[in-house]
Amino acid sequence: MAKKNIVVAVAGQPNCGKSTVFNMLTGSTARVGNYPGITVDRMEGYWKNDDYKIKFVDLPGTYSLTSYSLEEVVARKVIVDERPDVILCMLDATALERSLYLAIQLIEIGIPVVIGMNMMDEVKSEGILIDTAKLIAKLKLPIIECIARRNKGIPEIINAIIDIYENKNKESLNLNISYGADIDPALDKMEALIKEKEFLKTKCLPSRWIAVKYMEGDKDLIITGQKEDKNFSDSLEEIVKIVEKHTEKTLKTYPEALISDYRYGYIRSILKDGVIKRPEAFRRNISEAIDKIVTHRFFGPLIMLGVLYLLFWVTFNLGAYPQELLQSSFAWAGNIASYGITNELLQSLIVSGIIDGVGAVLSFAPLILIMFAMLCFLEDLGYMARVAYMLDRIFRLFGLHGASVMPFIVAGGIPGGCAVPGVMTARTLKSPKERIATILTAPFMVCGAKTTVYLMLSETFFTGYETIVMLLLTIASWFFALIVSLCLRRTVLKGEPTAFIMELPPYRMPTVYGIFTHTWDRVWQFVKKAGTVIFAVSIIMWFFMTFPRVPETSLNEKSGASSVSTQSIEYNNEHDALKYSIAGRFGSFLEPLTKYAGFDWQVNIALIGGFAAKEVFLSTLSTAYSMGSNDPDSDSKSSDLFKQRLLADLNWTIPAIISLFLFMLLYAPCLTTVVNIAKETNWHWAIWGTVGSLIFSFILSVAVYQVLIRFY
Amino acid sequence: MIIPMRKMKVNQKGIIKSVSARGELGKRIRDMGILPGSEFMIIGKAPLYDPVALKLTGFTLTLRNSEADYITCEVDKEENNG
Repeated sequence: MAKKNIVVAVAGQPNCGKSTVFNMLTGSTARVGNYPGITVDRMEGYWKNDDYKIKFVDLPGTYSLTSYSLEEVVARKVIVDERPDVILCMLDATALERSLYLAIQLIEIGIPVVIGMNMMDEVKSEGILIDTAKLIAKLKLPIIECIARRNKGIPEIINAIIDIYENKNKESLNLNISYGADIDPALDKMEALIKEKEFLKTKCLPSRWIAVKYMEGDKDLIITGQKEDKNFSDSLEEIVKIVEKHTEKTLKTYPEALISDYRYGYIRSILKDGVIKRPEAFRRNISEAIDKIVTHRFFGPLIMLGVLYLLFWVTFNLGAYPQELLQSSFAWAGNIASYGITNELLQSLIVSGIIDGVGAVLSFAPLILIMFAMLCFLEDLGYMARVAYMLDRIFRLFGLHGASVMPFIVAGGIPGGCAVPGVMTARTLKSPKERIATILTAPFMVCGAKTTVYLMLSETFFTGYETIVMLLLTIASWFFALIVSLCLRRTVLKGEPTAFIMELPPYRMPTVYGIFTHTWDRVWQFVKKAGTVIFAVSIIMWFFMTFPRVPETSLNEKSGASSVSTQSIEYNNEHDALKYSIAGRFGSFLEPLTKYAGFDWQVNIALIGGFAAKEVFLSTLSTAYSMGSNDPDSDSKSSDLFKQRLLADLNWTIPAIISLFLFMLLYAPCLTTVVNIAKETNWHWAIWGTVGSLIFSFILSVAVYQVLIRFY
Repeated sequence: MIIPMRKMKVNQKGIIKSVSARGELGKRIRDMGILPGSEFMIIGKAPLYDPVALKLTGFTLTLRNSEADYITCEVDKEENNG
């Protein structure tokens, strides 16, 4: 017998334990995708036995089902356009009243709903009494008590889904909530009109629901309606306008607010008669006790600094081993390739181009993995919400949001971060304008790659003052990130600050499985996307730095002329080859312009290389300074020689170095970051942000250089 | 006594009287469970006195003072003095 396919949408408010339930239901079959064009993850998974195959689609967590936020629009689209057979709505039983607000709206759509009442363990420990039988009788829906993290209630949910699927035609549930004497008559009228006209019939939506959405002024649905029949849609809006005028005059309110008040009223009427009994209303729970310290005026910020310090300490101490392992295995692979491939050009492409380029990026994967695992832990624990809460006041001054702080810090707000996970962390920001401003400025931070460049250069030129240099650079990065955010929010991202209103979820111990899947997912996306792009760019950069090649004859002449040291010839050859290449010519071509900022052609090439990945700056610069070795740290002798050459070069004056430091800080996100910015926003912002930073940093560097050379 | 939420102190209890915000803000305030008739208690303020954290039945929300300005609350007189 063929299996029956059931499609189930899993809905729920944020922090109700929905993803734990989803993981329990689908186990290892869960796959993450993206909804086309937006950054909301789409999770799908299966459960099956001999008779049924149930496909679960995890909807984004939303408090309501209007069309204000991206998440809500996505959740609605899945329900309306994909018409699942059953909706599983998860509730947080400790916040039953508010959780039901979403459930009621799902029921109104007319698709059979199964309710999972999660967090029953917390209900018990807080001394709340819920009479589930009574609630089932009142709502006339299957309601299953669960403790998802302990797998309690999961088999029952499956049974309820199959049950309601098999019986769905027998009794159709019609939930008609009264929205009061001011709105109901108009809704009746609209409902009748919609039925008669068969308006939006293809969507299989209840006429009443369409009427309610028009009354709420739901933009998404109204646009769909206008597409189908402009005149009819307008006539519905006319009816709404009359109601609006009336409620404005008599009640000083508007239909949307009234509808939501009546929905809550309906919920309250369901929950009275002893369905729920709470102990004294505001008994202090453990989370509040913890928050007394964790968000304390004085200790709160201190604890936050401690947590951040620990985050980086663990990342770099624990991450150093796998990172070194990866680096050495890439070096090993490079060696093997060098011996195995005899064709000089192919060898150079594979070793210097692909292995070095891709290796430099992939060796960051362990760091990202560890950092993400810890950030996921803090997020699931509920700590991130507290950080946003504590810092919102400061960030708001710059047109940002409390939740902007994490992307900044992860990107290198404390030197050593990485802009790629930083940009990804900005997903926690729900407001689009603040989010874009954060994403565009987070790459200004001193990431790990920039740190290596700064350390090397300050060791050379500011020997003994490295710590102070790093500190000043960190302060500068925050300063520019915040100032530029402010400018963006005042110009291209102009707009009122988005509402901060946010839930402080109770502290809950995250599940290992949840953290694992979340982290793995992000790291895999990093490896996959960054890997493919970096792979391509490595080849392109290699090509630009290799071709056109110096004609054989001129090389021969040179080597013939000097027979003093074969090594120095090799250096010279590399130096000449680089200068002769497209990149070299481009660097020289730009020199007349960049000399105003104090950069010569070698620096230009290195900066271009640094765009692929910031640490490439050093390897390119060392090549440009005739160093042969690709990695100045690999050999202390060559590293010292490199420093000496830099010190000897008269172009490296203090103003030029300061100008370069500033340019390095701001000039452009590295390529991997640009790709991620495009992924998290769109290509428009990615390109705009890159070009914008480039122009801004160049003007700044020129200004600083021109002022400083007057004094030196 | 009816006062704007911004004027309330930590540990003070109240009942929401009105939410005058419209559009998206009004919708979000309601969707997250702040609506006329809800009982709540201010349980904390951020280190710079803004945003505030308030506990409602079963959950805790934070909002900025500028958002709290749209909300008026019924409070006991004695508690306000004490």
